[in-house]
Amino acid sequence: MPVLSYREAIRAALREELARDENVVVMGEEVAQFNGAYKVTEGLLKEFGPRRVVDTPISEAGFIGVGIGASMLGIRPVMELMFWSFSYVAFDQIVNNAGNIRYMSGGLINCPIVIRGPANGGTNVGATHSHTPEAILASHPGIKVVCPATPYDAKGLMKAAIRDNDPVYVMENTILYNDKGEVPDEDYIVPLGSADVKRVGADLTIVAHGRAVLTSLKAAEILEKEHGVSVEVVDLRSIRPLDEATVLASVRKTHRVLLVEENKPFCGVDAQLAYLIQAKAFDDLDAPIGRVSSIDAPQIYCKPLEDIQIPNPARVVEGALKVLA
Amino acid sequence: MADIIDMPKLSDTMTVGTLVKWNVKEGDTLAFGDILCEVETDKATMEVQNTIPGVLLKIYAPGGAQLPVGSPICAIGKKGEAAPEPGAKAAPAAKAEAPAPAKAAKAAAVPSIPESTGVSCAPQALPAVSGDRVAASPYAKRMAEKAGVNLGALRGTGPGGRVVGNDVIAAASAPAAPTGPVNVAVAAPADGKGIQPDADVPVSNMRQTIARRLLESKVTVPHFYLETEVDAAPLLALRETLNKRLAEAAGKDAKDALKLSVNDFILKASAEALRRVPAVNASWAGTSIRTHGAVHLAFGVALEDGLVTPVVRDAQAKSLRDVALEAKALIAKARAKKLTPAEMSGSTYTVTNLGMYGVTGFFGIINVPNAAILSVGATVAKPVVDAQGRIMVGQRMVIGLSGDHRVVDGAAGAQFLQALRQMLEEPALMML
Repeated sequence: MPVLSYREAIRAALREELARDENVVVMGEEVAQFNGAYKVTEGLLKEFGPRRVVDTPISEAGFIGVGIGASMLGIRPVMELMFWSFSYVAFDQIVNNAGNIRYMSGGLINCPIVIRGPANGGTNVGATHSHTPEAILASHPGIKVVCPATPYDAKGLMKAAIRDNDPVYVMENTILYNDKGEVPDEDYIVPLGSADVKRVGADLTIVAHGRAVLTSLKAAEILEKEHGVSVEVVDLRSIRPLDEATVLASVRKTHRVLLVEENKPFCGVDAQLAYLIQAKAFDDLDAPIGRVSSIDAPQIYCKPLEDIQIPNPARVVEGALKVLA
Repeated sequence: MADIIDMPKLSDTMTVGTLVKWNVKEGDTLAFGDILCEVETDKATMEVQNTIPGVLLKIYAPGGAQLPVGSPICAIGKKGEAAPEPGAKAAPAAKAEAPAPAKAAKAAAVPSIPESTGVSCAPQALPAVSGDRVAASPYAKRMAEKAGVNLGALRGTGPGGRVVGNDVIAAASAPAAPTGPVNVAVAAPADGKGIQPDADVPVSNMRQTIARRLLESKVTVPHFYLETEVDAAPLLALRETLNKRLAEAAGKDAKDALKLSVNDFILKASAEALRRVPAVNASWAGTSIRTHGAVHLAFGVALEDGLVTPVVRDAQAKSLRDVALEAKALIAKARAKKLTPAEMSGSTYTVTNLGMYGVTGFFGIINVPNAAILSVGATVAKPVVDAQGRIMVGQRMVIGLSGDHRVVDGAAGAQFLQALRQMLEEPALMML
């Protein structure tokens, strides 16, 4: 099976969907002539031309609005945000318009838009460029949010997102763009709302999404080697729709849960998960649900401190041992 | 105000407990979880843990005393406080008898620091458990209910003394506290040489349970008795073959191989015979007769100081091998006094076997609420007349059935024995 980087896997998804469906277009700042700020869209202009791969002005509220309008008329735009942090200036479009149009039109108008781009801290770019808005966005009914952790999932989720008839927001991660993994050549999708058990274990369930999955897998290795603990790692992949069944099945197996995310803790994705688990698997819990998330402060600019702010394997191991006490 | 500790109810059927001995004395300072005393119930001897930190003000009942459940045994309060009268406790305020409520004073003394909540206020110290609750995880609670384990009697290994799943698993499989010393008050040998004095041996709770239950059975259940002789030769031959093959299959682990006993075959055959004659797998319920859907087989295990009857559940659905493995595990637990009350209750039929002592035939007393008990004698070589009228050496085993005539009539009992005899004489039928 070919080995692709996370960046190449997303590009492969875009290329395949551009080729498959003439209504698919790619739009965003510098996606065409500059080949993308992070080179995800490299070569697409040459291959598909300026009517399918479109550079936009530096105005998120404007060009996201263009994409939403186009999607309401049957186009399937894939919009690139240079950072998801910039989505905040387009919040009215992203949440109010895209998220509500199907409901407010009584189901007459769909909004099959995809908005994608990196949403992560950890790169020393400061508080205003390091937001992880998956929890904020997923709290709105009508919006779907996915956070791929591996090249395989990145391609499969991107293709599923493009084919979905509702707004789907894909949160990528600049730190993962060069990560390599096996990605099939053939057409496949990872359905929205399907979590994945990335590691099978018996004593503790770690639920994570995005890069936190990889951090958790490293922590699981350490826990196995140094503490003799068998850890199961569940990758949510999709925040909304949420695969409750896979999470609950793992909890019912191990009876102990640690939730790991790179979000800030307050009203984070894991706050919702903790509610879900205690409500639906209360009698299976052998310990209070544990959480490891980013330290609750604006993203720290000082690099050594930022490295501690975001969950790292050592902090996940510490959190796991607390749940296992 | 001082708290009065009562004799706890440590098993479903416990009405009286013997306070075997005190592990603490008046004036001792007690922490949560300290062992106060050992209490012998009708099933086992168990340790009573302290749930109220304080000073032991007064012991109301000395070691050796027998007390009804709920009677005051001691008082715990503050140092220097006067011990209340044992009867002073207001009845409505009485604590739940079992499980003994666990006060979380110790846990509360160790404040837990909450995770960052995003609210910029000082972390509050939260007690792990509030009020008179046993600190146990939801999973541990569910496990305890399933296993019939009293959570209040466990010492939790989780944070703040929380009982967690593994504690329940350990308790369910751990040996009950060793049976306490029985006060054998033998008179000191006096000068009367050669004269053996009589001895009054205090009755253990197990013995008392045996006495009570069997007397109740014998005086309330109209027993009738049927007996038949079984040709045990095919069964012995099959047993030898199977055991040989099991040993071979085990290879170098042959000494650990499963060895089927005659009793295992009888249990399996009984389950099948009960399936064929379900009228015997029933109970007298006063105004109705309850026929049981499943066969829960009890069998007698003799102990040094009595007898217990562990139960193989759903025997009708188990293979010979499963029945044998489970029976062996239960016997081992019985001898180690590890059987839980749940493992000794709920039977629908009982087998008792004295064949190993050379007893050729007998009739057991029905184990209420069963409708019958099967009594198995020794297999004896003796002359028999075969189908051609020749005298041969036969292997014969006598089995006796005691039936509850309110539930089972003679004919049904006879049909059952007939079915059982057929199973034993053509043991290949057990494979079906």
